[in-house]
Amino acid sequence: MKHFSKSNSLGNGGASNLLTRRSLLKTGAGAAAFSAIGFPNVLRAQSGPILIGHLTPLTGFLGVMGEWASLGAQLAAEEINEAGGLLGRKVEIQTEDSINPENAATKAQRMIERDKKDLLLGEISSASTLAISQVAERNKKLFIATGPRSDVLRGESCNRYMFCTDLPNTVNVNVVGESLKREGMVDGKKFFTLTADYVFGHDLLAAAERFFAENNANLVGNELIATDVTDFSPFILKIRQAQPDVVCLNLAGNQVPNFCKQYSEFGLPYPTVGFGFNTVDGWAAGPGNITGTWPAVWYHTLDVEGSQEFVARFKKRFDDKTPENHAWIDYIAMKIMAQAVTETQSLDNEELVDYLESEAEFDVLKARKAYFRDWDHQLIQEAYTVTARPAADVDNVLNLMELGAAVPGPDQALTVIFPNEAQNPCSL
Amino acid sequence: MQIVFLLEQVVNGLVLGGYYLLIALGLSLIFSLGGIVNLSHGAFYALGAYLFVELLPALGFAPAALISPILVACVGIAFERFILRRFYREDPILGLLVTFGLALLAEQAIRMIWGGAPLLASLPQSVKGSVIIGDFLFSRYRLLMLGVVALILLGLWLLLHRTSFGRVIRAGIQQPDMVAALGIRLQPYMTAIVMLGVGLAALGGALFAPITIVHPAMGEEIITIAFVVVIIGGLGSFWGVVAAALLIGVVRGVTIHFYPSAGEASMYVLMFLILLLRPRGLLGEPIEKFEK
Repeated sequence: MKHFSKSNSLGNGGASNLLTRRSLLKTGAGAAAFSAIGFPNVLRAQSGPILIGHLTPLTGFLGVMGEWASLGAQLAAEEINEAGGLLGRKVEIQTEDSINPENAATKAQRMIERDKKDLLLGEISSASTLAISQVAERNKKLFIATGPRSDVLRGESCNRYMFCTDLPNTVNVNVVGESLKREGMVDGKKFFTLTADYVFGHDLLAAAERFFAENNANLVGNELIATDVTDFSPFILKIRQAQPDVVCLNLAGNQVPNFCKQYSEFGLPYPTVGFGFNTVDGWAAGPGNITGTWPAVWYHTLDVEGSQEFVARFKKRFDDKTPENHAWIDYIAMKIMAQAVTETQSLDNEELVDYLESEAEFDVLKARKAYFRDWDHQLIQEAYTVTARPAADVDNVLNLMELGAAVPGPDQALTVIFPNEAQNPCSL
Repeated sequence: MQIVFLLEQVVNGLVLGGYYLLIALGLSLIFSLGGIVNLSHGAFYALGAYLFVELLPALGFAPAALISPILVACVGIAFERFILRRFYREDPILGLLVTFGLALLAEQAIRMIWGGAPLLASLPQSVKGSVIIGDFLFSRYRLLMLGVVALILLGLWLLLHRTSFGRVIRAGIQQPDMVAALGIRLQPYMTAIVMLGVGLAALGGALFAPITIVHPAMGEEIITIAFVVVIIGGLGSFWGVVAAALLIGVVRGVTIHFYPSAGEASMYVLMFLILLLRPRGLLGEPIEKFEK
């Protein structure tokens, strides 16, 4: 763990030299006005709860995942409060449906301006995350983006106030790609991809294309699919027409189980793999409908003590529900935020950003601890693959997928699976 | 070969259109006879799917797909008796607002009863897979579904055109005051039409549940398409709705063949063009009560 040093509050060193009698008078007058008007509010704010604004899609094609995310954040808030809160204050989380990018940006602005949220957290849609991150940057408000995977968010659209906890698309492609290479499913093979038609899908397709080009695979067809598509039969016919060796899914949200169910209905012989997966996709598709190998940021069968304790606590709190990966990711994001507040003893967003950038380590309920990289704000952590079991071997939907070993291996640096500075154009 | 691929999309579009028809027919009938834009129609589709999933383990595929719509049709009696009936002679906007509220309420009720996570329903192995007829690939299950839709269509046409019940319905659509003057109360007929309409929507939900995800907002996904079908087909026209459903399926398939990302938008473009050229829809008839 690197040493954490607080930021220099006189970032504009030398400004004091410019102090004049006039500016001193102005400052004095401002301070007097502040104490008369604003100070009582500050006092109230400091004695009240710490307010967390939690935006996540609760409707639409990502809505199912957002529900899990809100439960995870809720559990974390309850645990933090049971342990005495933060800075002696309770934590209060307000979850709202982000709906779409425009709505997400409007709500984020309102949460900051009117509701006076201390911190922002959440989101799954990469497009909505981009909108919220711009609001966060304008308002210098810390925003932990929990579920989006688009490389762009850690790349050209990164900013000082946004930190990303999920695995980026490139990592997911590389993790599954390595597994496919071991099975001889890449070299010289013809791939047909189906891609969600928004920033996440486009970004994932770009990562997939790079992987295919680097590993002598041929992309024989790609279909961009609107997020509201529920009937995939015309696309399945196009797959048959292309006769690929492997069908590769860059789909999002409800698209994944809908496609898997209908692909299984048609019974085409070409194997499927996916570069984007959520546990709930498998639960919704069901045994026999979902096949192949997929990436996973976390899975409920992960054999790590902390992880299993989290699963048990979650089930106890929420009527025996098994947590989905978005429940885990919003849970650990809340805990990361709590650690940052506790360590800095502050809610000053600049101090919190500096702390998160310090590469402080966080227990994310995996075998190895995680940290945010200081130059792109990506949470560096272990990744996994999950492989669908044959339908005959599945007695319960919770056992649908088999979790692979952590990637990278224990003797490798965690960063080896993440894009390096030469590959990632982030400039903070 | 390109032409074969294109024809395959056309034929597949016809199959999909048949499915849209199940939802749109009921919507059209309720609107034509009662004058109510039933925005809660999608909720009955969702309810049909949820009841199907509940009944599936105990009854098996076919009985569950049969009983679920019957149960929803019974719910339709209460829906007509306690809600719709109050709005037949009111400003249409009131019926629209009430059914919109009901749709939201129904979605939340489903969420409270079954939870937000999707429910699992899979196809029986016996109907999985494809058949190749000529150069065309068909899903076995969708062919089965098409057969069911064709039977329903035939039955419905006979009911509306070859029975006294149908004569009253058709007269009621055109001239309800004249029907009343003849001493015929339209309310029992309206109850029957609502039962039929929501039952068909529920059947659509039950038949689609094994090949799509069953989740609380599924009704919202289908209602827009059903409205587009009704608007393109034209009010009061049985065959107009049939033609519109099939046309939308085909246009979507052909658009996806040439320009995949515009597939979903194609039906709205089609609606725009048809309304521009023929505001009453393809086969819409002038209906006295809507002409005032």
